[in-house]
Amino acid sequence: MGNRVLEAWNGIAVDAREIPELPVGDFQQIVSDVVAAGGRVTSMFGTGAGGGGVLVLAALADDREGRLGLLSTRVERAWPSLVPECPSLQGFEREIWEQHGVRPEGHPWLKPLRFERGASPGGEASLPEGDAASSPIPGAYPFFAMSGEEVHEVAVGPVHAGVIEPGHFRFQCHGEHVFHLEIVLGYQHRGVEALLEGGPDRRTIAVVESIAGDTVVGHLLAHLDAREALAGCQPPPRALALRAVALELERLANHVGDLGMLAGDVGFLPTASACGALRAEFLNALAELCGNRFGRGLLVPGGVRFDVTADGAQRLADGLERAWARAEKASDLFFGSPSARNRTDGTGVVTREQALALGLVGPAARASGVSRDVRRDHPSGLFWFRHIPVVTSDRGDVFARAWLRRLEGERSIEFVLRELRKLPGGATRVACGEPAPGKLVVSMVEGWRGEITHVAVTGESGRFTRYKVKDPSFHDWFGLAMALRGEQISDFPLCNKSFDLSYCGHDL
Amino acid sequence: MLDDILRILRLRAGMGRQTVAWPDGPVRLPERYRGRPAVDPSRCTDGCAACAEACPAGAILDAGKSTMRVDLGRCTFCPACEEACPAGAIAFGKDYRLAARTREELVVSGDAPLLAAALDERARRLFGRSLRLRQVSAGGCNGCEAELNASGNVQFDSSRFGVQFVASPRHADGLVVTGPVTEGMRLALLKTWEATPAPRLVVAVGACACSGGPFRGSPPQHDGLPGVPELSVDLWIPGCPPHPITFLDGLLRLLGRLEGGELRVETTGVVDR
Repeated sequence: MGNRVLEAWNGIAVDAREIPELPVGDFQQIVSDVVAAGGRVTSMFGTGAGGGGVLVLAALADDREGRLGLLSTRVERAWPSLVPECPSLQGFEREIWEQHGVRPEGHPWLKPLRFERGASPGGEASLPEGDAASSPIPGAYPFFAMSGEEVHEVAVGPVHAGVIEPGHFRFQCHGEHVFHLEIVLGYQHRGVEALLEGGPDRRTIAVVESIAGDTVVGHLLAHLDAREALAGCQPPPRALALRAVALELERLANHVGDLGMLAGDVGFLPTASACGALRAEFLNALAELCGNRFGRGLLVPGGVRFDVTADGAQRLADGLERAWARAEKASDLFFGSPSARNRTDGTGVVTREQALALGLVGPAARASGVSRDVRRDHPSGLFWFRHIPVVTSDRGDVFARAWLRRLEGERSIEFVLRELRKLPGGATRVACGEPAPGKLVVSMVEGWRGEITHVAVTGESGRFTRYKVKDPSFHDWFGLAMALRGEQISDFPLCNKSFDLSYCGHDL
Repeated sequence: MLDDILRILRLRAGMGRQTVAWPDGPVRLPERYRGRPAVDPSRCTDGCAACAEACPAGAILDAGKSTMRVDLGRCTFCPACEEACPAGAIAFGKDYRLAARTREELVVSGDAPLLAAALDERARRLFGRSLRLRQVSAGGCNGCEAELNASGNVQFDSSRFGVQFVASPRHADGLVVTGPVTEGMRLALLKTWEATPAPRLVVAVGACACSGGPFRGSPPQHDGLPGVPELSVDLWIPGCPPHPITFLDGLLRLLGRLEGGELRVETTGVVDR
């Protein structure tokens, strides 16, 4: 990469002016070379910064060395699409097109990411009339369609049968057989990034906690890591430990809940009802710490808001140990049941090649044999000093995504119990000042769904001039689409739950 | 085969009784749970607005004046105001009962409990013993959705009251709406409502559905159900997200199946305040 990219690390602020601005051709060559060599693009986005055109910033991740590379370029109305050679960039190019009107020429299936324009008429996006991105609502859009005798389309959503968020799924089928699944999202777009710009202000934390309400701790931790880096603030060790405990409790609650939901989707009710109840034990542990079952209010700039006594931490750990022991037993029933395994084994396979090409992250990647985990590869906070072993599987099917959750839960509970029983002493919170002006920081956290990346850019006044949020679902929705190819449509709910992706985290 | 059945039965026996004691017994809540805040403007120093300056949601009206109120429809129940107040004029308590029949009732002072009034007799006859609900997430962050799902699990078990979520609006007696009503979901919400046979109820759940919550004022959303005049709301349940028992308390009071104002709360005794 040489001196044409600025070397950086997770959660370390850099001077925004030091990021090289390259000609489009050079920028794209470097991005494409890095991806070909096994690197990743963890964030790429446009900013409306002055100087004409759109300034596109990219953060490249070298997972083996634990470092990042920052570079930028200035584009006008269009640029060549890199997606044919780097499919993992598909979402980034569509987003830049939608938010800034820069068309990626040669993108194999260009469609809006979240139909933002329709949502904010007169907004900054200035797309030509008749462009697909000018569609007023998600779903009013020409889907990929197949034709032929007895080929038919199935449309699902945005309002689904269960109590879940909205999205639209369009299947091209022949009988039960699915040829192709196209996913259209954007129904949940609330304008998160625009609300964060100009901050941090008193609303900021409430907005970040609501990016995805099942990932409150993950997203807020990414935000606070960024904010503390910009302010030169170092939270005390006790705060780092409690933050890491909260992050793993969030993972445990969701993984245990998912095991129950997967069992429910195949009609295996003992595990469904037991895990449904046991999930609450982990949510309630968060509520013991901070009063809210989703961890809202626990993390604050400079540390954590609530402390816990040694006795309280011990009681909390004892209860969690008992809950996990029961969750293990409940999930063993599911994994040991031939009729349940008949539904999960070999269903919804995503190959390692597909996972790598699409840039999948989190359990979706690890279940397909791609060993990637921010806690190990780009550590921050307590994960600098305490490690959680990374679990992978080479099967890529629903079983692997389920079994991985069970194994990750095992590693997480060991970590949580050890930390709670031996919390470092000292303060839980230090004062955190205002962000420094003219800086940029990339902040990554391994949430329960995978890599969360926030990029904060401050202007001359120290306010956010751009705040970019990337939920792991941004990449992983495409994994679900690929998993359905060649499957039976009746396995869709099972496949969908095995990924359990976020709609609002994607739609922002 | 027999082995499998025995293992299942052993797990079941080991789990014990999972369903919460409420409504016959007390609600068990963590020591740090934040419910209905008590608002006491007589403690305020004139001109102090520390609470309002700390509030992420703009939920505190007339801060520091004798007319100070908290709009629970906006409140995210974070402790920022309580923490900022030097005089203890706002203090979160353990009262989990938060539902109201009108949006205005959610704007509170003092510490009187919020006990939603029951429907009229005809509606109670129609819905009282069996209430089927269709949920529409209109920009919800999956926090409220998760708690609505939990309200049907073996712990809270809404079906013991005849309350269930159904897959189609055609089978439903009403809608439960979450989220600030994004522009992307506005049409789908209205169509789902039209597809629900009358008479039908509308229940707004969570700060977003009551007011837009943290997203209030953001252009791609409508500040919740107050921004959707086509729908008339029968029950407002604030919170971020509301606890499953807050949701069930509101519904049961609406149906006339839960009355009285006695507050029975036990703390879990795990972590101290």
